[in-house]
This record gives sequence, C-alpha cells and structure tokens, in this order.
Amino acid sequence: MSIAEPIAESSVARESDYVWTLNFGPQHPATHTTLRIVLKLDGERVIDAVPDIGYLHSGFEKTGEHLNYNQYVTITDRMNYISPVANGVAWHAAVEKLLDIEITPRCKYLRTIVAELARISDHLLCTGAMGLDTGAFTFFLYAFYQREVIYDIFETISGQRFHPSMTRVGGLAYDFTPLVIEKIRTFVKNFPQTLDDMERLLNRNRIFVDRTKGVGLLSKERATNMSATGPIARASGVTRDLRKDEPYLAYADFDFQVCCSKVGDCFARYYVRMAEMRESLKIVAQAIENIPAGPINVGIDERMTLPTKSQVYQTIEGTITHFELVMWNRGFVVPSEETYAAIEAPNGELGFYVVGDGSDVAYRARTRPPSFIHFSLFPELIRGHTLSDVVAVLGSLNIIAAELDR
Amino acid sequence: MSADNMTAIDALKARCGDMPVSEFRGDRRVVVAKDKLLDVMSLLKGERGFDLLVDVTCVDYLNYRDATSRFGLVYLLANTATNERLTVRVYLDEPDLTVASMVPLWAGANWLEREVFDMFGIQFDGHPDLRRILMPEEFVAFPLRKDYPLQGRGERHNFQRLTRSEA
Repeated sequence: MSIAEPIAESSVARESDYVWTLNFGPQHPATHTTLRIVLKLDGERVIDAVPDIGYLHSGFEKTGEHLNYNQYVTITDRMNYISPVANGVAWHAAVEKLLDIEITPRCKYLRTIVAELARISDHLLCTGAMGLDTGAFTFFLYAFYQREVIYDIFETISGQRFHPSMTRVGGLAYDFTPLVIEKIRTFVKNFPQTLDDMERLLNRNRIFVDRTKGVGLLSKERATNMSATGPIARASGVTRDLRKDEPYLAYADFDFQVCCSKVGDCFARYYVRMAEMRESLKIVAQAIENIPAGPINVGIDERMTLPTKSQVYQTIEGTITHFELVMWNRGFVVPSEETYAAIEAPNGELGFYVVGDGSDVAYRARTRPPSFIHFSLFPELIRGHTLSDVVAVLGSLNIIAAELDR
Repeated sequence: MSADNMTAIDALKARCGDMPVSEFRGDRRVVVAKDKLLDVMSLLKGERGFDLLVDVTCVDYLNYRDATSRFGLVYLLANTATNERLTVRVYLDEPDLTVASMVPLWAGANWLEREVFDMFGIQFDGHPDLRRILMPEEFVAFPLRKDYPLQGRGERHNFQRLTRSEA
C-alpha cells in the first residue's frame, strides 16, 4: 500500500496488519558473516524466515575450473576460513582419489593432526560466538585465547595464520619441525584446563541454558531428510561420522568416540561440539606421539610432487620430475574420469566432486558445502520462536558465508 | 537370489530395466534415463535405505572428450545405516533441460536443486520454489556453463557509475 492511498475505512485491524517484516542482515554483527534473512514477525514471535543468500558469491567453483590441482588449494582455504586446513585436506583427498595416489603414512598423520586442530579451532569459534550472541562474553574470550594458540601453531608450520594452504597433491608443503611438535604438545597439555573452564562457565549457566534448551528442535529423521551431517546431525541422534564410518587418513589407528545427543536443540549442538573438542584432542595427543618417520611426499617416480632441490640438482629423475611439473603444457596425468571424496570436516561432510579431463586443471570442481545445506534448515528451526532466538539458532548452525555462497 | 542379498544395482535392474553401470576407484555409478529417475530414486530411498541425499550437482560436458550429452546431473546418495554410497547420473540435452525434482523424496534437495538451476539452467519439474539462489534475480546467464567466460560478460563493469556529486 503506497502512502498516497486513502486509509481503509474499517478501523478494525486485520490479522495481517499485525505481521511486520524485519530485515536481518546482510550487515549485522550477530550474523558474523554476510547473509540476509527476511523475518516475518508477529510481535516478537517469528512466523516465517526467508533466507536470502549470495552476497558473498565469488565464483569459487568457476575459478576451480581454471586453476590447477595444486593452485586451487589457496581458494578452498577461503571457503570455510574458520577451519581452512580441513578444506585443503578434503580437496586433495578428492584429487588423490582421482589420480590414484596413496600418500605416505607420515603425510596421513600430519594431515590428521592439522585437520583435528582445525576442528578444535572451528568448534571454539562456533561455541564462542554462540556464547557471545547469547550474552557470555567471558566464554568467548576463553575460546578465542585458545584459538589464537592454534593459529600460532599453523603460523609456525607454514608462516600463515589463517590460510596455510598446506596440502599439495601427494603430500604436504611443509613438514613439522621440532618446534611445531613442541607447540602442539604444549597445547594438548594446556587445552583441557580451558575446556573445563569453558564447560563450567556455560553448561549450567542459567541464562545460556534458558536461551538454548528447547530452541530450534531438529528431529533425527528430519535431519537426515534435509541432508544435515556433522555435529548438527549428531546432536539430533544421527550416529554418522565419516572418521569412523569410512576411515580415511589415519583415523583407524586412533581411539576416539563419536559424540551424539538425542535432543536436537541448540544446547545439544553446543554440547556435541564441546564434547567433540575433547575427542579431537585425544586424537591429536595420540597422533603427535606416534608420527611415523619417512618422507611426507610420494616418491619422485610418481611425478606428482615437486622433488627437493638436492634431488633436482643431483639426480636425473629429480630434474625430469621438476621440469614436468613446472612446465605449462605438462604437469599431472589425469584420467578423463570423475569421482567424489569427502571428509568429516568440523561442520559436517565436506566433499569435492572432481571431474578430470586429461589436463592438470579440473574440468569441474564441485564442493559439497555443509554450511549451504545447514542454512536451508534455518527457517524451520526458527519458526515459532522469538526474535532473540534467531542469533542462538544461527550460532548453533555455524554458518560460514564464504562457504555458503562460495 | 533373495531380495536381501541383491545389491542395490541388481534390484534397480530387475525393476527398471537394464542401465549402464560403472565403477571407478570404488565409486559405484549408475546411469538412469531421465523419465525413470523418480521411480529409481523412490526405489532407492524406500526399499534400499538410501536416506541421505549427499549432493546434487551438474557437469557441463561441452567440448568434453567423447561426451555424447551436454549436461550430466549427479546425485550422490548414501545409506546412513550401512554406509553404502551410490552415484546416480542423468544425462540431459538441449533443448529439453527438464528433470523431475527430488524434493518430494528428500527435502534437502530444495536448495541443492535451486543451485543447479541457478548455475546451469536445469529446470526441476515439481520443485516448490525454483528461483535463483546465489546469483541476483535479474541475472540472465548461467555462470557455470562452459560457454560462459571466467571473467563474466560485463555484468560488473556495465553498471552505471555514480560519483558523489551525481548521487
């Protein structure tokens, strides 16, 4: 109704007059990232929510068709930038499946360790930000302090805090130095205490529990039907965890448990994440003491990883491999085939569908983005709750807009 | 062979006729005719327990070596009880880019199919809300098609530029 139109004669308000629309985002501190939700409100009650995404769409999948298998890891790092290493591990798991490369045991262990550290840092951010949104600022600072330690470890490994781009086809760009191992050991020793503190701060916190228990309920059947995976599905009672169900990397070697809840509300999603951090820490503690010796890259015979400089200068195979990989028109030998590989990323199943066409650039590099799939759950989780619950539900889903829109 | 011992692919063949099956690095893939897709998927979900639709995506095979069809839809299915995975492919050719929507079977297909529509222009018959999801509503092209250039067709720099004094 435009302003110029005469006001209807009836003085009785219709039902629809009570409903008003609120734009939540795209620039709002509590969305944490760039996403927009159009909320239909009756007073404070959310009647409907319509997510509107795409504000951060940057054509990552199109870029993936123009960068070679090693270069694209810098792009996958920027998808879920909260746990960038896990994206690189997933991408190269898919590429190595396509190229049929079996990575070395040491590489498997190192990738497992960094992927688990990434999971801890992702869960710290998610639970921390969820605490922040529901009024627990101290909790957020505890979480971010430990997250900083993890970033320090990544910086020591690769020289980059946020986007280490560590993985390469058939190996890793960096080996662990003794300093890295020392720092991870220190983290493993100190972190449980912070975790205890964090749990003591929130698990029985009256405000936090009141704001998250019973909010955003998701049933087990609905979770699977909506393709939910990861901690969100596990908080609803789905026991699926790719680390146990399809053991990849070195996960079969470690003793850890899959954390589940039957409740399916925001508190359960928070609780599952807190429990998963302890399990991840168990994996890191076991892996760091048992790293196999040997090379991190597959041998030069496979012609997949760059040889070391001494190999290049002192052996003919090294020289040839280096030449083959560096030259424009050579590079990887890729079958004209397609495959899908997935890992259990912090947010859920993160997979890549890679189509090879013989060249060293992927013909299609599809990401299965957990954030995208989980955000489609949002309208049904928030319907019937109040406006203040929007941030609690959003925080518990851990939506990362860069992965949502790619 | 009893029904329990049959693999999902055997059951599909028995019910819906012969279909091309292939295996690559342990991924089992089956190619389904477009008009049989809904039957096949109902069978897989209802009787074979593929309750998780992992992903829906599409590949544009323009200029791909030995490709016979323009588009290949990919449905990645998983069974959460047995951890079995299955890839179902459907090939589409212009001008008829319409295929049955999977939303009646898996509600999670909603956004995934919207994204395929947005990026490739595949129409999903029976989809409740087939709008663009990542690109703006007024966008006309389908950016992940292979005939769409990497740097776009001027969508960005054709926007009118306003300076502070004109605004």
